[in-house]
Amino acid sequence: MSEQIILETRNLTKGFKGFTAVDNVNLKIQRGQIHALIGPNGAGKTTVFNLLTKYLTPSSGQILFKGQDITALEASAIAQLGLVRSFQISAVFPRLTVLENVRIALQRKEGNSFQFWKSDKVLERLNPRAEALLADVGLLDFAQATTLDLPYGRKRALELATTLALDPEMLLLDEPTQGMGHEDVAVVAALIKKVSAERTILMVEHNLHVVSQLADRITVLQRGAVLTEGDYATVSADPRVKEAYLGVAADEEVAA
Amino acid sequence: MEFIKSNKFNIILIALALVIPFGVYPVFLMKVLCFGLFAAAFNLMLGFVGMLSFGHAAFLATGGYVTGYLMSNADLTPELGILCGTLASAVLGYLFGSLSVKREGIYFAMVTLALSQLLFFFFLQAPFTEGENGLQGIPRGKLFGFIDLNNNLSMYYFVLAVFLLGFWLIYRSVHSPFGQVLKAIRENEPRAISLGYSVRQYKLMAFVLSAALSGLAGSTKALVFQLESLTDAHWQMSGEVVLMTLVGGMGTIFGPLVGAAVVVGIENFFSGGELGTYIHIIMGLIFIICVLAFRNGIVGEFNKFVKNNF
Ligand SMILES: Nc1ncnc2c1ncn2[C@@H]1O[C@H](COP(=O)(O)OP(=O)(O)OP(=O)(O)O)[C@@H](O)[C@H]1O
Ligand SMILES: [Mg+2]
Repeated sequence: MSEQIILETRNLTKGFKGFTAVDNVNLKIQRGQIHALIGPNGAGKTTVFNLLTKYLTPSSGQILFKGQDITALEASAIAQLGLVRSFQISAVFPRLTVLENVRIALQRKEGNSFQFWKSDKVLERLNPRAEALLADVGLLDFAQATTLDLPYGRKRALELATTLALDPEMLLLDEPTQGMGHEDVAVVAALIKKVSAERTILMVEHNLHVVSQLADRITVLQRGAVLTEGDYATVSADPRVKEAYLGVAADEEVAA
Repeated sequence: MEFIKSNKFNIILIALALVIPFGVYPVFLMKVLCFGLFAAAFNLMLGFVGMLSFGHAAFLATGGYVTGYLMSNADLTPELGILCGTLASAVLGYLFGSLSVKREGIYFAMVTLALSQLLFFFFLQAPFTEGENGLQGIPRGKLFGFIDLNNNLSMYYFVLAVFLLGFWLIYRSVHSPFGQVLKAIRENEPRAISLGYSVRQYKLMAFVLSAALSGLAGSTKALVFQLESLTDAHWQMSGEVVLMTLVGGMGTIFGPLVGAAVVVGIENFFSGGELGTYIHIIMGLIFIICVLAFRNGIVGEFNKFVKNNF
């Protein structure tokens, strides 16, 4: 049973000055699944991600990845273990080219990143792989563009390509389709579906249509605590979930 | 722009550097080269990692003192003396870097300043530095045991070679796989971490490189002037290298050299004259003008001009 669980949190808690942003959260993420984390604004979803990847230190609780306690590890060490995140606010390297953005991720496993005496021409052998990754997200035509000049949606796609370049066992995606046009949302959703074949994904997503399409399992957070968990049908039928979202728009989305 | 990046341009520069001592006083040129290398080494941290160290005088002085002491007492050849000074600065850089690169922004500047002040007082008290007098009459020795460096022209070509080596190493580091990671860190540090880069180690590596090359500059300078004194370890020296780098253009390859030439030139021009006592005010004014009018420094503004007009 525990072999099936790739990531687990035990009573994960984070307080900010007397206010509890994440409250005794117990998650169990099954290997190979797409698991969605949803909840209203400010529910603590991003904070959970920050705790899992050590961008914040938990106030209490434990995090286990592949059976190993990673609560005390450094952020970069967690990424090296294969638990890699993306950010809610698009995280790219603005003044590098689109190709260089992906290449910097590919470079890490090359083991040459401390070599200051070599020409960066040696990185060019990574170009074909970087281009293939860009093609997957529809960015190949922009390979030589400066990332700064890309529209927001494309930056998000680039961030996804960069994350995938690490070929991580488990991906944490914080609102991967946020700020994208309709067509791009479909492209990215399809891509997430495609890459989920060989890995586990935990994603925060406000677009419930995307959630209904992709997620095997859904956890609903409210004010830092787990409200309920289950598959899409169970969760969307739960009256407490509708209530948590309150807003009419969200209600309609749940119904859709 | 193409031309400036071409090999031809570099060859012309080097050719110029080879003939210039026949027109300009070599000791002045050597001073510019030493400070140019020092500023370029400092710029590796400020311009290419984005961290402002306010303690780089420590590395300049350590290189100078170690080389000066060994040349005076251990009868080394100058290349070995310089190598020892450089290594000492690298070790010190590792020490200071381990204590400081965790910090960011102003805190990093403050920690480096505090550490270098500590070292200043050590140099002030330690017997081997001769305190306020400094190490005087450091012998230049014979390069590889047979080229007498007491001739200023020979010394100049030696300093030029050291400078080119250091400069090349900086250029290489910036345009290397390592340099690419530094760029990523400067652009977006949290993202670099999330890709699995242990950012601190890269910063430490850059700091050690920067310290070693600053030490190389200090060691060479000690031989040029045959003198090593507390001026090099003083916090004002840490400030001066910031000034040189900003005046020339931080984050550019040639900026620090140009900045060093301007600052050393102005100092030489005014020192001795009636205006000598006002030198700090003059430097302060230049600094203010630079910050207000040429944010990118001389080379930075020049690059921008060329880019926009050609
Ligand atoms: N570093 C911090 N310091 C103090 N409070 C914080 C910090 N980070 C988050 N919070 C607070 O914790 C709560 C949860 O924030 P979080 O960003 O995790 O929400 P979220 O579920 O990701 O919301 P959204 O859907 O808007 O992205 C919010 O009230 C937020 O203001
Ligand atoms: Mg969020």
